[in-house]
Amino acid sequence: MSVSGVNVKNLSIRFGSNAVIENLNLTVNAGEFLVLLGPSGCGKSTLLHSIAGLIDVADGSIEIAGNDVTYAEPNERGIGMVFQSYALYPTMTVERNMSFGLRVSGTPKAEIDRRVQHTAKMLQLEQLLQRKPSQLSGGQRQRVAIGRALVREADVFLLDEPLSNLDAKLRTELRRELKLLHKSLGSTMIYVTHDQVEAMTLATRVVVMRNGKIQQIGSPVEVYERPENLFVAGFLGAPGMNFLRGDVSCERTAVKFTSGELCLALDADTFKPESLGGDKRAVVLGVRPEDIHIHEAGVLSGTVQLIEPMGNHRVVWIDMNGVTLSAVLHDEMDIRVDTPIRFSCDARRLSCFDQTTEQRL
Amino acid sequence: MSAPVPTTAHVTQRRVTRGRPARRVRPARIGIYVFLVVSALFFLTPLYVMVVTSLKSMDEIRQGFLFGLPQQITFEPWRVAWSEVCTGVSCDGIRTGFWNSVSIAAPSVIFPILIGAVNGYALSFWRSRGADWLFATLLLGAFIPAQVMIYPLVKVLATAHLFGSLPGIVVIHIIFSMPVMTLLFRNYYASLPQELFKAARVDGGGFWRIFFQLMLPMSTPIIVVGAIMQVTGVWNDYIFGLVFAGRENLPMTVQLNNVINTTTGERLYNVNMAATILTSAVPLLVYFVSGRWFVRGIAAGAVKG
Repeated sequence: MSVSGVNVKNLSIRFGSNAVIENLNLTVNAGEFLVLLGPSGCGKSTLLHSIAGLIDVADGSIEIAGNDVTYAEPNERGIGMVFQSYALYPTMTVERNMSFGLRVSGTPKAEIDRRVQHTAKMLQLEQLLQRKPSQLSGGQRQRVAIGRALVREADVFLLDEPLSNLDAKLRTELRRELKLLHKSLGSTMIYVTHDQVEAMTLATRVVVMRNGKIQQIGSPVEVYERPENLFVAGFLGAPGMNFLRGDVSCERTAVKFTSGELCLALDADTFKPESLGGDKRAVVLGVRPEDIHIHEAGVLSGTVQLIEPMGNHRVVWIDMNGVTLSAVLHDEMDIRVDTPIRFSCDARRLSCFDQTTEQRL
Repeated sequence: MSAPVPTTAHVTQRRVTRGRPARRVRPARIGIYVFLVVSALFFLTPLYVMVVTSLKSMDEIRQGFLFGLPQQITFEPWRVAWSEVCTGVSCDGIRTGFWNSVSIAAPSVIFPILIGAVNGYALSFWRSRGADWLFATLLLGAFIPAQVMIYPLVKVLATAHLFGSLPGIVVIHIIFSMPVMTLLFRNYYASLPQELFKAARVDGGGFWRIFFQLMLPMSTPIIVVGAIMQVTGVWNDYIFGLVFAGRENLPMTVQLNNVINTTTGERLYNVNMAATILTSAVPLLVYFVSGRWFVRGIAAGAVKG
């Protein structure tokens, strides 16, 4: 199976006069597991479907494995696709579902049998080959849908929210299987989801999208720890990042964040005084819940508003002079609702965004 | 998807009655039943009179007891109606009309369903430019009274040398069935997930392959509905058959009219009744056998649009 990448250049897609995607550029490296992440309506599915050739492109070009396929038919693009609703052909057995594409292209029967058997074995579908889709469970159906994409032995696999219709337990299971599958096949996969956990766990690179525009591209860790802008920062993470509005000012080499009575010293290595462009700037400070540490010697104080036990950790909601912060607590510390506590935050792991441009400083 | 949807009527009823200790008969319910019984009687009385009269001899009919049961049941009127009664000039009974109707109805059911299915499929999945416009025009055609188009169609068919022939009347039925058949199949296909079609496109299916291998096998319920509508519609047609079918192919309805309107001497009420029942037997049978599907078809056409 040849391994190849996808190259999207200056892509524009319009529905009527409504531009869904405008001038988008994206390079998917060969063998990569790229996840398109964003809220519904951000254009991620549209982008995927245009790569598949199911949506007409208004402008720009799409290359798969070095061939310009902008105007090629879906089956000429060397892709396999998995859909959210499985989209299995209800009147055909599992075997005929999987072999449909090969039969259309006139592959010799022996070769069809070989590929179907091979794929069925890989996905543990051997016992189900003669069943109809209506006789399968959700997880089995999605496996068949994945199998149908795999038998095409395509260069690139496109997956459109393939796990969204499954229940939570099955989703986790199939997620792991998908990752193992990618590991053993080594083929290029483009995966659309609105679920950040799926994005974080599966991706080699995550593309965060909003309103048809790419907000940030990076490894899951990069996107989580160094979000480019407020949107990315707020979209990733559960519970979400805490935001504090205030001013950053510098006094000699020290950088300070002030918001009302609150005053925090920032790490001078992460926030260079010269990046402020002046001695004062209105900013939004972002703090991940896991970077808030509750301890007696903390410089900050507040009242415990709510405690959410999550099994292996607790989420503590703290009221700090009218600002609500969430903190993740992993130890067995004894805290009670409506009691005052002290805490601090890790100065090196803070994110700082400009209030007007919402970009990272 | 292809499995028939259970009728919801008795399901809801069961839910309502369960858990209620004593079923009190309310005035409103009594009113509903009275209304239902009266309407049933209203519609069944003529049928009763028809059946009873067709089983009586003319002597008995002359006694004038319209609602009375036959004293001596005779099937002679049925035999006469089927094979001896005069329909205009010839006296072979209405069986020729029956077979004429069958040969008109068979192609007038198969072709509209096939063409309607292709239309509906193309309109809901291939969405070419102007598809909505085309569909709107087609639907508009359904609102124009057919009588307006009879004279132009006579001229057109005459030019094409199809006027007064079996292919001619079939073509007419195909044309007039197009709006409803297209609407029926378009709505059915619109209710199928678009992703199914997209998956088939990725698998390399072309227009006809996706239609014949994927869509048509999934269309059984709506094909049944379409067949019911076409069989009853074409069988009950009078005006098109009279105008376009030609002397050799007059359908049963036209022949029935001839039977009843051509009288030589005594009016044979029993034979007329038998002939009428025979003529309406096919649509009646279709309604009885497939009432559930028929309601579904009406709902499918009406609810989604």
